[in-house]
Amino acid sequence: MAFEGSSMQKGKTEITFKKQGQAREIWRRFKKSKGAVIGLVMLVAMLAVILLADVIAPYSLATKQNLSQKLAPPSSGHIFGCDAYGRDLFARVLHGGRTSLSIAVIATMTSCLLGSILGAVAGYFGKAVDSVIMRALDIFMSVPDILFTMAVVVALGANFINLLVALTLAYFTNYVRLVRSQVLNLSELEYVEAARAGGAGSARIIATHIIPNAMGVIIVNTTLNVAKIILYESTLSFLGLGMPPPAPEWGLMLSEARSFLRTSPHLLIFPAAAIVLSACSVNLIGDGLRDALDPHLKS
Amino acid sequence: MYKYVLKRLLFLIPTIFGVAFIIFLVMNITPGDPARALLGLSAPQADVDTLNHELGYDLPFLQKYFNYLKNMILHQDFGRSYFTKQSVFDEVWPRYVITIKLALIGVLLSALIGIPPGIYTAVKQYSLWDTIPSVIAFFIAAIPAFVFGLLMLFIFSLKLNWLPSFGATTVYHFIMPTLTIAIPPAAQVMRFTKSSMLEAIRQDYVRTARAKGASERTVIWKHALMNALLPVITQVGLSLGTLICGAVVAEKMFSIPGIGSLIIDRILYKDEPILLAGTILISICFTVVMLIVDITYAFIDPRIRAKYTTGRKE
Repeated sequence: MAFEGSSMQKGKTEITFKKQGQAREIWRRFKKSKGAVIGLVMLVAMLAVILLADVIAPYSLATKQNLSQKLAPPSSGHIFGCDAYGRDLFARVLHGGRTSLSIAVIATMTSCLLGSILGAVAGYFGKAVDSVIMRALDIFMSVPDILFTMAVVVALGANFINLLVALTLAYFTNYVRLVRSQVLNLSELEYVEAARAGGAGSARIIATHIIPNAMGVIIVNTTLNVAKIILYESTLSFLGLGMPPPAPEWGLMLSEARSFLRTSPHLLIFPAAAIVLSACSVNLIGDGLRDALDPHLKS
Repeated sequence: MYKYVLKRLLFLIPTIFGVAFIIFLVMNITPGDPARALLGLSAPQADVDTLNHELGYDLPFLQKYFNYLKNMILHQDFGRSYFTKQSVFDEVWPRYVITIKLALIGVLLSALIGIPPGIYTAVKQYSLWDTIPSVIAFFIAAIPAFVFGLLMLFIFSLKLNWLPSFGATTVYHFIMPTLTIAIPPAAQVMRFTKSSMLEAIRQDYVRTARAKGASERTVIWKHALMNALLPVITQVGLSLGTLICGAVVAEKMFSIPGIGSLIIDRILYKDEPILLAGTILISICFTVVMLIVDITYAFIDPRIRAKYTTGRKE
């Protein structure tokens, strides 16, 4: 079929060929890195367990209180033990993963979208538009993220949507700078100049030369950002600025563990391990992707 | 150079205006008011309105904003807290000093902990002395500061009884909080130093230095390190934002009376004067540190210094 295509619509098929080859090449380089594969396997395993959370341990287990099991250490009945209200810690860690990871992924995407649009506008239009956006951003960035997030979450109330808003506002600034500098750098490169000399218009240059070439850096940054947001989101929940209490959430569980540290260290170990493992696996994948997408950067 | 510093300092003014505007805006578009929070849910609406009026909370948004700026600039008056009725400055300043102390000690510590292993692992690349510290740093970078705090609390306060678990009176009280906030950024500083150092080691001038017979010590310390440290300094300066976040966590965890805990407490009361003063002071500190970083940068790197002395921008 591809052969037929190449004779009928030559340009189009060439592009699909090239894309396939590129994806395969990236995957080949990605596979070569041991860390990246370990990270990918870890993440897929965690996602599978989290997605099947309802089958393994129903949500009711994560919220059902059973005071006779209060602070029970890990045993065969409750493999991670129980918390101060006798809730099964294993179920809470699983369902907490759902909240934490979905917030991290959605917040990364919204901040990437908002930041990329602003950055692309600033970089592409330049001059006054660029100055206005960048100076406003400077002011915005001189308020440490945590203060701003606190103001938004406390004032609007702590729930899933407001947490997303707060995280998006805290992280979109990185993307503005990143995308702007990418657009500025790439539009000065020789192949863009060549395309322009060949008569390509701005829209075509952006769509076929700038965006595909900036994608690598953006993808790597986005992956690493997911890990950062997992950590930041758990910090917010720990401070009482994240999901409201009955919900299972890793940071919140750690905040509840604080009062029982002396007698029940299992309350600290399991949620903490969940945070560290998820952040680690995402970071491993991010590092692997960086090496795979840009062989020049490999050090 | 002076022009540049002056320009950067002048940028503080729009920054302060902008920060105040953002805080007023957030306070204005979010529900709730200070009188309701002070008087409780059962208080009659008339009393709430009167108190809001007395506090000056019910004025239009822009009028409040301009009044605030006017009082701050002309009378150096930050207003009085809605909640305690005390002068905001007296209430905020001592707590501000504690938080800044924590954050700045954290910055220094993270550089001290992070840079040496970063250099070492780069010099010993691919050996066991590279792998082990790098793997450790990789894991530490994935641990949030508060988990570190909890671990240290568990080990040093509860199990070993070496360090006090709350308060801010003696030096011992500051050991765990500063480590809590310094270690996660230290791991990042280390990773950054390593990659920057690896890049420097591969440069032509390092090969030249080796070729002319300079000792390995001179090559590493003088040629590679001096060039590798530049981006590291920026990274350390930039980590101040993370450290202020860490300081808020540490204040909460170790019951330290800093500005973060003050702001968390008062947001619930919509205590605008306190929130404004706190945020503005922290933003000023943040901007000034970034300025110091940029100036240090220019002093260390002759290439950048040359740009400013010849009057060329960026």
